[in-house]
Amino acid sequence: MSDHTAEEMMAVAAARRLRDGATCFVGIGLPSRAANLARATNAPNCVLIYESGTIGAKPRNLPLSIGDGELAETADIVVSVPEIFSYWLQGGRIDVGFLGAAQIDRYANLNSTVIGGYEHPKVRLPGGGGAPEIAASCDETLVMLRHSPRAFVERLDFRTTVGYGDGPGSREELGLKGRGVSAVITDLGVLEPDPDTCELTLTQVHPGVEPEAVVAATGWPLRVAEELATSPAPSNEELVALRALRTVDEA
Amino acid sequence: MADVVTLREAVAELVHDGDTVALEGFTHLIPHAAGHEVIRQGRRDLTLVRLTPDTIYDQMIGMGCAGRLVFSWGGNPGVGSLHRFRDAVEHGWPVPLEIEEHSHAGMAAAYAAGAANLPFGVLRGYAGTDLPERTSSAAWIDCPFTGERLAAVQAVRPDVGVIHAQQADREGNVQLWGISGVQKEVVLASRTSIVTVEEVVDRLEPRPGAVFLPSWVITAVAMAPGGAHPSYAHGYYERDNGFYQAWDPISRDRDAFIEWMQRHVLDTADVVEYHASLEAAVA
Repeated sequence: MSDHTAEEMMAVAAARRLRDGATCFVGIGLPSRAANLARATNAPNCVLIYESGTIGAKPRNLPLSIGDGELAETADIVVSVPEIFSYWLQGGRIDVGFLGAAQIDRYANLNSTVIGGYEHPKVRLPGGGGAPEIAASCDETLVMLRHSPRAFVERLDFRTTVGYGDGPGSREELGLKGRGVSAVITDLGVLEPDPDTCELTLTQVHPGVEPEAVVAATGWPLRVAEELATSPAPSNEELVALRALRTVDEA
Repeated sequence: MADVVTLREAVAELVHDGDTVALEGFTHLIPHAAGHEVIRQGRRDLTLVRLTPDTIYDQMIGMGCAGRLVFSWGGNPGVGSLHRFRDAVEHGWPVPLEIEEHSHAGMAAAYAAGAANLPFGVLRGYAGTDLPERTSSAAWIDCPFTGERLAAVQAVRPDVGVIHAQQADREGNVQLWGISGVQKEVVLASRTSIVTVEEVVDRLEPRPGAVFLPSWVITAVAMAPGGAHPSYAHGYYERDNGFYQAWDPISRDRDAFIEWMQRHVLDTADVVEYHASLEAAVA
């Protein structure tokens, strides 16, 4: 089964990044799909945590919202919202944060607040939600978004969530406990921060994607790793598991 | 002791123009019926507080109830934008809406501080983001013991806190279970409170893990069966995901929105008639 969409490749590439047994704070949408794919394939023992306070959720169908009854019914425990953010997230107990965003810059800072000016926005987006503290406190953070010059920008319209701030040393200066964004998974490939400069660098392309196409879809001069890997195409098992994931309204 | 009254009486008595009002419920148990009653009674210039504005604040904002919104995530979960919220922020329709935004962690700390009668909550957050520049209720504080710089958020102290729960007894004690969000905190942080419930029972059966709110911390309890719809009430009914999807095209268009609100909220007397009007629309 080699036929797959770019969207499916993105979900599979993201799921593979989640190691078995990890505790994972999951955003809704693309991250939730990928995290539940990981739970069905390579990371059956990962612990999924949603900001509604559901710890160890094992949804049979993908929830539409972060607080669906499905999450509460299948969780090990349900705690209050103040508790999930203070004791569990800020307490430093979560390995991986899994986020989406509308915009990202070269230092993996994220915007999910506004497009255009803050006072008179062109598009008012939902806002930060759980993201700022998820990216601050989780040991590492994975980001998923579709590649385009409008999303991968030279300058964010608003910095909602800090990746590497202004570059090396920023996270330490700001007192952020987690290590920061470890990978950005898109429909074209995977970007990882350079260990010295923290700048996002193309380290992996999906099958059939030329690095030039990724550079063209990025709004800053994207650096390409000298040893560029190609993502293994989704396996039969991964595609079957992914296609079996239904949102609650489709189930 | 809480008075067990009708929702109409509770809103008429407790919610006034210009008040700060927080309707809470994190995806689960969102007090839509109470929000509809505020719309019917034509309240204006409210400061609305809520982590996730959801469709109920979209409706209240679109009907011109709010002058200010304090929030942390304003979207239609799993669907996209809240179009009435966006129209108010982007175009000032039907009235301009001031916003004050936080992260969820900041809002949670602000409610917890309010419940604890403290002037502010403290958290590791906001550092390096553009949020504090835009939000007067977030600031920095140095830890007196370690010197660490931390974020401070001003306590939320609403005039009225509103939640929906599964059950109350005849004395006005309340029990809710499932995802409990910040419901306990909002009731304890607010000067007065309204709790709508699915049913009033003779005796509350204690449930492990449930939130119990004694009658003496609540101002008014009102029956509102189905009062969380299109949100859900664990053990009673499920989330109406189809409604959230259907809300997108309705709320995109000002005229379609007004027509919907007229038919299902303004022309209905209460939550029972609201549900009947939805069923009639499907039939």
